[in-house]
Amino acid sequence: MIGSLAGVIFAGEDRAALQDAIDHPEIRIVSLTVTENGYCLNRATKRLDPDHPLVRRDLARPGRPAMMVRTRPRPLPPMDILYKIAVDPFAQMGAAPDLLVQTVWEGLVAGVLYSLIALGFVLIFKASGVFNFAQGIMVVFAGLTLVGLAEKGVPAFVALALTVAVMFALAVAIERLVLRPLVNQPDIILLMATFGLTYFLIGLGEMVFGGSPKQMITDGLLLPRGAIDLPVFGGLVSVQKIDVAAAVIASLAVAVLAVFFQKTRIGRALRAVADSHKAALSVGISLNGIWVIVWFTAGIVALVTGIMWGARSEVSFSLQVIALKALPVLILGGLTSVPGAIVGGLVIGIGEKLGEFYWGPLVGGGIESWLAYVIALAVLMIRPQGLFGDRIIERV
Amino acid sequence: MRAPDGPLIVPGDVILSVENVSLGFGGVKALTDVSFDIRKGEIRAIIGPNGAGKTSMLNCINGFYHPSEGRITFKGRPRPRMRPSEAARGGIARTFQNVALFKGMTTLDNIMTGRSLRMRRGFGWQALRFGPAMAEEVEHRRVVEEIIDFLEIEAVRKMPVGKLPYGVQKRVELGRALAMEPDVLLLDEPMAGMNLEEKEDMCRFILDVNAQFGTTVALIEHDMGVVMELSDRVVVLEYGRKIADGPPSEVKRDPRVIDAYLGVAH
Repeated sequence: MIGSLAGVIFAGEDRAALQDAIDHPEIRIVSLTVTENGYCLNRATKRLDPDHPLVRRDLARPGRPAMMVRTRPRPLPPMDILYKIAVDPFAQMGAAPDLLVQTVWEGLVAGVLYSLIALGFVLIFKASGVFNFAQGIMVVFAGLTLVGLAEKGVPAFVALALTVAVMFALAVAIERLVLRPLVNQPDIILLMATFGLTYFLIGLGEMVFGGSPKQMITDGLLLPRGAIDLPVFGGLVSVQKIDVAAAVIASLAVAVLAVFFQKTRIGRALRAVADSHKAALSVGISLNGIWVIVWFTAGIVALVTGIMWGARSEVSFSLQVIALKALPVLILGGLTSVPGAIVGGLVIGIGEKLGEFYWGPLVGGGIESWLAYVIALAVLMIRPQGLFGDRIIERV
Repeated sequence: MRAPDGPLIVPGDVILSVENVSLGFGGVKALTDVSFDIRKGEIRAIIGPNGAGKTSMLNCINGFYHPSEGRITFKGRPRPRMRPSEAARGGIARTFQNVALFKGMTTLDNIMTGRSLRMRRGFGWQALRFGPAMAEEVEHRRVVEEIIDFLEIEAVRKMPVGKLPYGVQKRVELGRALAMEPDVLLLDEPMAGMNLEEKEDMCRFILDVNAQFGTTVALIEHDMGVVMELSDRVVVLEYGRKIADGPPSEVKRDPRVIDAYLGVAH
């Protein structure tokens, strides 16, 4: 039955009936309207009258107001939980497709950046078997170098070229000072070395450029600003121009890497080293040269990531925690697969945003920070090698 | 062919000599005071029971291991602490006992990696697949296609090698070594795990490579029939020491070799 007024209870006379009505299991929403008499205003000053009897009574007994009604927390019946998890979110998606598109777009944009970071990990892991914990700080370091140089008055594109040179020098230094002396050491030693590298880069970055967050030189690099609103399904989807640029540049970077890997002599050598170190050595490929190229490539990927992420927020050391976001992406995509890093990043990005928006309210929000790990864990149980990883079969 | 590196070596001259080489890993001695030489143009076999140090010997020659004592002279020059990439550049190619191919790559790409030392164009050109790099790529592709023809593996040119049968993988690995146009080809058990027909094919390829290109071959092999048929001279190792050296017909009759293989006690 639909009616504007189904019944009336006067609270002044029958408080118990009112409380029962509110506690009734079918009641979902209680809306309150406060009328002029309830304002308790001083008619002369038009402000709250502290001498009003009702106000004085409430002030005398704080926590127990005169007109108190309570809503009791009620556990949802089982069918209701199922409904809220399995039906309601999809109903919401269908009801407001423009919101769904907006959510997916934001997930996609975050996913592109996750993919880029994961790509840096995969490049290095494939070629040298090193799990490079420092990839996150390399993103920050590259971004800081670029912005720091620009702050010192270097024109934006010169600063960009210089940053590329710095990343090359870093790759050479890492090969000489870290990888070469530790060649043939167990993986765990190399992993620990990358931890050391992380703290070294944090220290160096803070010493040279200071620890305070910086603005990315978006205008100097001719990156777009602002947003455009696209009409979608009768609503408006707001799209940041920088996000569009990030998606385009990331796709270009991946395409260039793919051509480089598939079509050039050096790319062939990189794939060879990834497959078998001893066979690569036997045809005359120098591992040291390859390592420099790989770390330099990962440095460039870090620079692109740093610029894009920095343009969305700011360049600061807190950015390095995005490296942790790459872990579930790598678990999902497999440590050795470039397509895996890309698909994994997009899946995690979109999954995170959809989860947060449609399912998050069920548990009070904030699920974005751990949902990625749950997704990765679920994949791990079914496919331990990740979606695209190499299946490792060891002879016993 | 490549320009001679050092003095000119004609067929029959010593191209590589191993002098008093010892190799130890911690307390274990893999090789003890081993000396022999390899002459240009010959097929030299290294035989011996399991664990005799044959593969360690090859690893010393191509720079994977560095002898703890003694020296290896290649093309008239001593090569102390030679790295594998230097050995490759100097003209030493090899295959492995348990096939070490680039499994994700096609047959064609695997053999192309053998050309990597000879490709010199900047990778900017290569990425564009344009200009001089294109001409260079085409020239190397021609050589690689000739090798593919020679080894009769046209049918699997575009297949990822991980999916090929073992015998064919061994052929692809030989092809990759040949693409380096080596002066010395080291083969570690090229016929291991093959059936009779595959073994005969492989024997034919080794003899053809040796005859047509004059490539010096040093091979490790367990099948004595194959060794006797292929090789010009045989060196026999046992427990890391050399126990015999000479033409197959002599080595075959050597009582120490017979003992080593049959385990006869004195």
